[in-house]
Amino acid sequence: MSAGTTTGTTPGNGRGTPSYAPYAAGTFAPAPGAAPLPRMIRAQALLETRMLLRNGEQLLLTVVIPALLLLVFSSVDIVDTGAGKSVDFLAPGILALAVLSTAFTGQAIATGFERRYGVLKRLGAAPLPRWALMTAKTCSVLVVEALQAALLILIALALGWSPHGNPLSVILLLLLGTAAFSGLGLLMAGTLKAEATLAAANLVFLLLLVGGGVIVPLSKFPGAAQTVLKLLPVTALSSGLRDVLQHGTAVPWSDLAVLAVWSLLGLATAARFFRWE
Amino acid sequence: MHDEPAVQVTGLVKRYGARTAVNGLDLAVPRGTVTAVLGPNGAGKTTTVEVCEGYRRPDGGTARVLGLDPVTQAGLLRPRIGVMLQSGGVYAGARAEEMLRHVAALHARPVDPGVLIERLGLESCGRTPYRRLSGGQQQRLALAMAVVGRPELVFLDEPTAGLDPQARHATWDLIRELRADGTTVVLTTHFMDEAEQLADEVVIIDAGRAIAAGTPDELCRGGAENTLRFSGRPGLDLASLLNALPADTLAAELSPGMYRIEGKIDPQLLATVTSWCAQHGVLPDHLAVERRTLEDVFLELTGRELRV
Repeated sequence: MSAGTTTGTTPGNGRGTPSYAPYAAGTFAPAPGAAPLPRMIRAQALLETRMLLRNGEQLLLTVVIPALLLLVFSSVDIVDTGAGKSVDFLAPGILALAVLSTAFTGQAIATGFERRYGVLKRLGAAPLPRWALMTAKTCSVLVVEALQAALLILIALALGWSPHGNPLSVILLLLLGTAAFSGLGLLMAGTLKAEATLAAANLVFLLLLVGGGVIVPLSKFPGAAQTVLKLLPVTALSSGLRDVLQHGTAVPWSDLAVLAVWSLLGLATAARFFRWE
Repeated sequence: MHDEPAVQVTGLVKRYGARTAVNGLDLAVPRGTVTAVLGPNGAGKTTTVEVCEGYRRPDGGTARVLGLDPVTQAGLLRPRIGVMLQSGGVYAGARAEEMLRHVAALHARPVDPGVLIERLGLESCGRTPYRRLSGGQQQRLALAMAVVGRPELVFLDEPTAGLDPQARHATWDLIRELRADGTTVVLTTHFMDEAEQLADEVVIIDAGRAIAAGTPDELCRGGAENTLRFSGRPGLDLASLLNALPADTLAAELSPGMYRIEGKIDPQLLATVTSWCAQHGVLPDHLAVERRTLEDVFLELTGRELRV
């Protein structure tokens, strides 16, 4: 009857007589309770971050593609990026792409499959409140973005990038961009099937990569198209980052305003229509 | 306060569109017991449990769990209950042990996850991603996740579906220990032997209603009487045998030489039958006392048609 022994796995023999040596009596004596909120949120954010970093397809999207684009388009003159070094044009666009890949595409796909596999449902029965789960998800998106930004900035600097402007404006743009893309990504993950989210999120990523002023200057598009493209969140983010980092603008108000509207729209509709199962 | 049942469901109604999944169901789970909810597929077992877990809002009737409303007081209730879903619930890329440790970290005073991993035979796959675990391993991980927080009340939705006999017995042993330590357990199952082995209380539900409830003994005793069968020389004088037996006993020769006696089968009755046989020079053969099993009761109550 020594506690914790696990040998002797013969089948049980009727009510009340475990065939295993039992756990120490009282092992399961009820002692329920939630861990303190900060501990729960930290544990959840760390787990979510590990899940994002462990997923090969996600890393391709969030790290490999932006880094490759930055390297290739800076070194080879494929697209005419206007006056000045091409890396000065490309680096802000690629930073915007990094936010798009993590806050929108990556988060939409991951959350879509979490919903499909009952992860959100199961966590809904855990002591962690839903708002705390969403807070943890946002923290893990921000951690991944910080890692992406560090890597991409190092590559850009090695390519001769000379950034200008106010770092606070840059951070404000990145945060508003994250809010806008998170809202849209969660809206998609919470309403579509996981497979549909997977396909649509990748398609949107590709379309915005081409049409959002990320690597192709908006001036290459016809005038009417430009008017529409300017209102896209990724365009606002990349042009705002470029205004600050390339041209030294203090605060890019109009781009911030576009991102703020997308954030409100995205987060409000996601909150309204998100289905947990 | 502790006299109040752990779960009290009254007149529960739940519809999905035009389909009524639960239709006026009553259920009471006394504290500290193991209660098995038995029923055919589509009877409303999972819906009932999910209402108690706070996942679904009732369309009619009420559910009180640990004295709380599972929907409006979810924040108070959830830290106190453990939940095992029928399937899923784990990140595809999470490792078994990592996920269990995570759920433990969400609770104030968890059971040591290492002990559970060892006891449920998950040591060999502790570092295996969830998507590559076998069905049985996934089930055992979900069970461990339900109990690691030391809840007062656990809901286990078909905890042994798809398990091999060893894993099934390990699960049963764990459930017995939960009860011994004072945890209330509500489980749904298709398996009659599981209910007979484990449950203090059984509730049989069909078509969204509770059609029978009681201890396994009460359910097996209720309704038809128990049976004694034996074979012997054809054409015995059953009227003479019945004269020797209590008034409400029945006897019949089902086919030549095959006899069935129905009534309260106790040692006294058995002795009377064998001594009557001795007096009449009959050697009773294949003498067997039969008792209804829970499965007999279940099939009598729910019929034999296949369910969708």
